[in-house]
Amino acid sequence: MGILEVKGVNKRFGGLQALGDVNLSVAERTVHAIIGPNGAGKSTLLNCLVGKLIPDSGSVMFDGKSVLGRKPHEINQMGISRVFQTPEIFADLTVLENVMIPCFARRDGAFRMHALRSVRSEGGIRDQAEAMLADVSMLEKAGAHAGSLSRGDKRRLEMAMCLVQEPKLLLLDEPTAGMARADTNNTIDLLKEIKDKRPITMCIIEHDMHVVFSLAERITVLAQGTPLIEDTPDNIKGHPKVREAYLGEAQV
Amino acid sequence: MLGLHGRDLTLFLVVTALVVFAPVILNPFPIGSSLAQFNAGYPDLMQRFVIYGIFAIGFNILFGLTGYLSFGHAAFLGLGSYAAVWMFKLLSMNVIPALILSTVVAGLFALVIGFISLRRSGIYFSILTLAFAQMMYALAYSVLTPITNGETGLQLALDDPRILDGGERPTSLPVTDLFGLEMRETTVLHMGSWEFTIGAGYYFAGILMLIAFYLSIRIFRSPFGMMLRAVKSNQNRMNYTGLNTRPYTLAAFVISGMYAGLAGGLLAAMDPLAGAERMQWTASGEVVLMTILGGAGTLLGPVLGAGLIKYFENIFSKINDGVLHAWFGAVPDGMEDVLVTVFHPFVGKGWHLTLGLMFMAVVIFLPGGLVEGGTRIGRLFRRRGRNAGGAEAEAAAKHPAE
Repeated sequence: MGILEVKGVNKRFGGLQALGDVNLSVAERTVHAIIGPNGAGKSTLLNCLVGKLIPDSGSVMFDGKSVLGRKPHEINQMGISRVFQTPEIFADLTVLENVMIPCFARRDGAFRMHALRSVRSEGGIRDQAEAMLADVSMLEKAGAHAGSLSRGDKRRLEMAMCLVQEPKLLLLDEPTAGMARADTNNTIDLLKEIKDKRPITMCIIEHDMHVVFSLAERITVLAQGTPLIEDTPDNIKGHPKVREAYLGEAQV
Repeated sequence: MLGLHGRDLTLFLVVTALVVFAPVILNPFPIGSSLAQFNAGYPDLMQRFVIYGIFAIGFNILFGLTGYLSFGHAAFLGLGSYAAVWMFKLLSMNVIPALILSTVVAGLFALVIGFISLRRSGIYFSILTLAFAQMMYALAYSVLTPITNGETGLQLALDDPRILDGGERPTSLPVTDLFGLEMRETTVLHMGSWEFTIGAGYYFAGILMLIAFYLSIRIFRSPFGMMLRAVKSNQNRMNYTGLNTRPYTLAAFVISGMYAGLAGGLLAAMDPLAGAERMQWTASGEVVLMTILGGAGTLLGPVLGAGLIKYFENIFSKINDGVLHAWFGAVPDGMEDVLVTVFHPFVGKGWHLTLGLMFMAVVIFLPGGLVEGGTRIGRLFRRRGRNAGGAEAEAAAKHPAE
């Protein structure tokens, strides 16, 4: 029994069957990659996991509880954090504040009105956020405006914001999309480090095979909304079905 | 001190000093001089400064922090006034119960209106709040006449019950008071050819404004305030960080509605009548102007903006052609007429034109409002001082690789 169990999920957009009978099991403390050509339904599947979309049928269980019908913030409070394709951060706030907010969310839940308490008096939260920033080597940028960071640093910050919540499952939606090779390698190193240091499960959607084969322990190949095959990276490499699915699409 | 630190404390003390010494600061011209008409230090006007200050401070908690632009906040101002006048009629001329009810009633209405309006954001939210306010204005003006007294406005009457004030029927209309201290009571201080009027009503409203300002600083610096800024910055990230944005925005909406209710109640406490026009959309627009002019999202901005607009409305509008002729009396006659003609549209009844131009200039050149203007000037001076000390390297070190 995996930490994330997807069973028989269907999702239709008008005449388009985006997901057809998807089954997926992600084992605890593994890195599971979901790959597939454009339009295979990877993002739709991810959106079904975080509450942005509701599947037409099927079930999504996380840690023994169903996530269906729950709002994104409730699902996050269950222990699922998400990294977006383009980093979603609080651009108008400082780097430190960006990391303090998830700390508050973790301590106080979805809503708590501490209107007369000073942020200054929240030493514990500040220490926690600073420790996290030190972990991703961004502490010297704590006072900077998050919007002024480089793309790579924004990604790093978003990762820190997710990790500081100590999620059980981290979902990554093409974390290296549009990155230069050097930045991509940095991100891979960062993710490897996270994996080694923390008891975390990761589920990565990725186009870049270099990233997938450097990180993943299990790979699910999705094509036309249906899982084609699920196996270890070694077995996936050069599998005829996989080649077929990618045929016609240049292997980047 | 008071849970404020560093610059916030300084700011609060400066504003306190300004409120305390306003009757002197705003009366710089000796009586009898030709400039005496620009003295703004009379209680009636100063009361309006601080009351609209409260209104704008509250509005800023919603608009400045969360970015939700309400276009119907005057509804809460009007509600506050009606609630206060009803308290004066039914219960007592003491302002305390009146102000409590104003704040509570405005808060309850804000809860309902906010709950519905906050389902949408951006322009749709603005339109929803505008629709609610206009509906309330129209109702107050017509259907609800038994409660609001329609066009005439709600007023005190000699035969009002006023349960707590004893059954005696007064021979003249009673005045509002704070445990016996009449709001209209004034003392005039004469100092040479200067005259300063100290009004009880002004100081009462001033103290409430300081409390309102203090609370707003605390909110700005609290985890709650940080969440509100996060709402403005990125709601998507907030949701995926396990935070429910709806109660945060609703709380901000209710708080700012209560500030508006308090301001409306105070208006009635200074002059016990309430009319529907206080709820009209122009009044809602005014508080938006005040906040943006002063600097949305800044602590001091709304207070400055409120003061400036009320100053223009009451003082700048007094400059008529007669005054202009007096000013330009020294220049040759032909020139004098030309100058008066040129300035005429901008002053007196044309004060809106000057204010509008100023507003445009601020929005285009100083998007952060007057506060940003002040900050820029401050920075200019500091830079000059630093250059003299030859510490440019320090500035360069502060912004590496830019």
